[in-house]
Amino acid sequence: MAAIPGGADHAHDHDHHQPSGIMRWVTTTNHKDIGSMYLWFSFAMFLVGGVMALVIRAELFQPGLQVVDPDRFNQMTTLHGLIMVFGAIMPAFVGFANWMIPLMIGASDMAFARMNNWSFWLLPPAAILLTSSLLVPGGAAASGWTLYPPLTVQMGIGMDMAIFAVHILGISSIMGSINIVTTLLNMRAPGMTLMKMPLFCWTWLITAYLVIAVMPVLAGAVTMILTDRHFGTSFFNAAGGGDPVLYQHIFWFFGHPEVYIIAIPAFGVVSQVIPAFSRKPLFGYASMVYATSSIAILSFIVWAHHMYTVGMPVAGQLYFMFATMLIAIPTGVKVFNWVATMWRGSLSFETPMLFSIGFLFLFTLGGFSGLVLSMTAVDIQLHDSYYVVAHFHYVMVAGALFSAYAGAYYWLPKWTGHMYDEKLGKLHFWLSIVFFNMTFFVQHFLGLAGMPRRIPDYSLQFAEFNMISSIGAFGFGLSQLVFLIVVLKCIKGGEKASAKPWDGAEGLEWTVPSPAPHHTFETPPVFK
Amino acid sequence: MKLNLQEPITALGRDVYDLHLLMTIVCGVIFVAVFGVMFWSVFVHRKSAGYKAATFHESTTVEILWTIVPVFILLGMAWPATKTILAMRDTTNADITIKATGYQWKWGYDYLKGEGEGISFVSTLSTPQPQVRNEVPKGENYLLEVDNELVVPVGKKIRILTTANDVIHAWWVPALAVKQDAVPGFIRDTWFRAEKTGTYRGQCAELCGKEHGYMPIVVKIVTEEEYAAWVDGKMKAMAAAADDPNKMYLVEELTPRGEKVFAANCAACHQANGQGLPPAFPALVGSKVVLGPQDGQIDILLNGKSGTAMAAFKHLSDTELAAVITYTRNSWGNATGEVVQPSDIKVARE
Repeated sequence: MAAIPGGADHAHDHDHHQPSGIMRWVTTTNHKDIGSMYLWFSFAMFLVGGVMALVIRAELFQPGLQVVDPDRFNQMTTLHGLIMVFGAIMPAFVGFANWMIPLMIGASDMAFARMNNWSFWLLPPAAILLTSSLLVPGGAAASGWTLYPPLTVQMGIGMDMAIFAVHILGISSIMGSINIVTTLLNMRAPGMTLMKMPLFCWTWLITAYLVIAVMPVLAGAVTMILTDRHFGTSFFNAAGGGDPVLYQHIFWFFGHPEVYIIAIPAFGVVSQVIPAFSRKPLFGYASMVYATSSIAILSFIVWAHHMYTVGMPVAGQLYFMFATMLIAIPTGVKVFNWVATMWRGSLSFETPMLFSIGFLFLFTLGGFSGLVLSMTAVDIQLHDSYYVVAHFHYVMVAGALFSAYAGAYYWLPKWTGHMYDEKLGKLHFWLSIVFFNMTFFVQHFLGLAGMPRRIPDYSLQFAEFNMISSIGAFGFGLSQLVFLIVVLKCIKGGEKASAKPWDGAEGLEWTVPSPAPHHTFETPPVFK
Repeated sequence: MKLNLQEPITALGRDVYDLHLLMTIVCGVIFVAVFGVMFWSVFVHRKSAGYKAATFHESTTVEILWTIVPVFILLGMAWPATKTILAMRDTTNADITIKATGYQWKWGYDYLKGEGEGISFVSTLSTPQPQVRNEVPKGENYLLEVDNELVVPVGKKIRILTTANDVIHAWWVPALAVKQDAVPGFIRDTWFRAEKTGTYRGQCAELCGKEHGYMPIVVKIVTEEEYAAWVDGKMKAMAAAADDPNKMYLVEELTPRGEKVFAANCAACHQANGQGLPPAFPALVGSKVVLGPQDGQIDILLNGKSGTAMAAFKHLSDTELAAVITYTRNSWGNATGEVVQPSDIKVARE
């Protein structure tokens, strides 16, 4: 290694050795470039998945079939789920991790820079596989994002494409997670102990372990479907000695931690933003770390609460009910800590703070409907109804997406060197929160009244709320274009951002100039 | 507009209703309290109002307190929840046992035990297609109506066994507070005891393919006298409709019967005109399988075709299968003139 010509002496020259044009992006190993690519990719997928959601809501605007046939409708719900989870939300937070973790811990780059390039470039082929499966004979997978057999065994080649895409996406996120763990454990600035790490780093450390633990489980489950489909195995076929419910156990052993893979980095982002705009340190740093770890551990032992209606023994139902209720305690601690951070702060309400407060408010609402669902007897009534659709969109959209926006607005000045348009940012927030609630709040009532999820058409009693929900969805979808405008404007110009544009912000990322130069912390800073 | 669970007509349903209400109220109170504190901060502790930030950032007492107190609130919730679920899962000592089998996309009911034993029928969506396609106004029970309702007496403990023929379905009637997955190859059970007569409607609740949204469940709760009369009538009708398995049929006899079987089992995918919805659901008109040797077509109907949505239909009777095969081979311009007899199916089954 010592023989690399010109290595350390020409640190400022690195740019000159890079290819230019498109190859600069294909070959880059710089964490900031890769972070940006992750963020752009995830936003593109967010729009694609969003268009599918709008097809769904357009069909449900009125009873009767108008826009798509039932088979296409099921393909839309399946791809919408898969794309939003694996294509939009997860890569968005990996993007934040790539950009911010080295800056926050004073490292020069991610631990495995070359692998970092690979973990990003696996994503586009997977995205192409998923979306192009709409065009093959038989269409895309139409089984819901959970891909339950035996239905998945019936599908055409679109299903195989989805399975392959899930494999690739899983490999990508495992590689990304290994990188994050190694970076966080080995490359912190001198003086930064684990318990002094910014909370965003802590949440990603915990999330990365979750990803490494459960992604192979999902890979195993979909591989078993693949062999059931093509190689005559009977993992999930009762006629051959298998069990369709086995799949659900395996899937949810992945799927429940997955919920927290999406939510925990979001906790990290708001834990950075709320103290900054409260001008007061985060309340209960240590208990935040412990609570997040407890949530992660508990997430492994509650998987079957998605399966109360499959016919498990009553002892199983009771165990999973009690274990699920326990999650409310560490989650409650986190919410209380955030509120206590704001308490007697000196609050200001720039866009990142607005999105964080929106997150706090709506995520808690989603948490409460989760507590209602933890009651087995109630869950049995609400399972696979629109109540569940409302619940997980409050957790996923208000939880993950709102905090991703909070993070994006918070760090945009650091990324671009310009302040974003505060007026447009606020407009984006208010439009989002109003239309989000319009879309999803009424779905609680639809579920309570008895509307199943994943149906393209419904009986007349559900008409009013579905219409409100669809109008809200179109409003929510269009509002997201405001964000695109804000980002493009911010890249092109705007008020110059100082190294530390937020007076309450803390952390090493604010010690480097804005925009953050291509290479930072070539000598590790000393953290006090 | 309905804002709560459907009005329950079973004791367990009322427990679930009350439990949900209790949870919603408790959560609502905590929500208002926590966000009351937060919005107080938002209004009072504003920088623009000149408020100076305090510097505290932990308090062990408070943190322990807000960990312990929720534990007790949760214990208070767990108690009634446990009682309800224990009662819900006790399916012993049923008066009548009925097996509900999920098919793509209809429900088969077999009365296995108790009054009405031996009755069996299939229940399919009866909403006409023109309503779905918005060509005529929709009826009052749009998508929640069937040709054969499940009829049970009021006040009796009814045990429902669920299973499925092809993929996972779920038997859900909200007013009875019952939802149970129907898993192929396995038997699950649930129960209810209705306290009121009337007609109650639900739907399949597990994504089961293309027509998942068109798989309603209608339960008619009647008095004991009405039930006895219904059982009597149903038994007589079934006896009259029973097929002689050894009879040889003519094409004119089988095609009208086949058309009915086709409409109930095949038209959802292959369409009433046999044109299908290619490429997912192939056309039967001019199809190689339909115009080819009879054995091939019989095999696909009995065993399904793996890798496609074509399920096995061996639950249909020999006569029904013979009728529907004869119908497809002699309709929409397919003119083989061949008649498939129930005995052919019987041979193929063995």
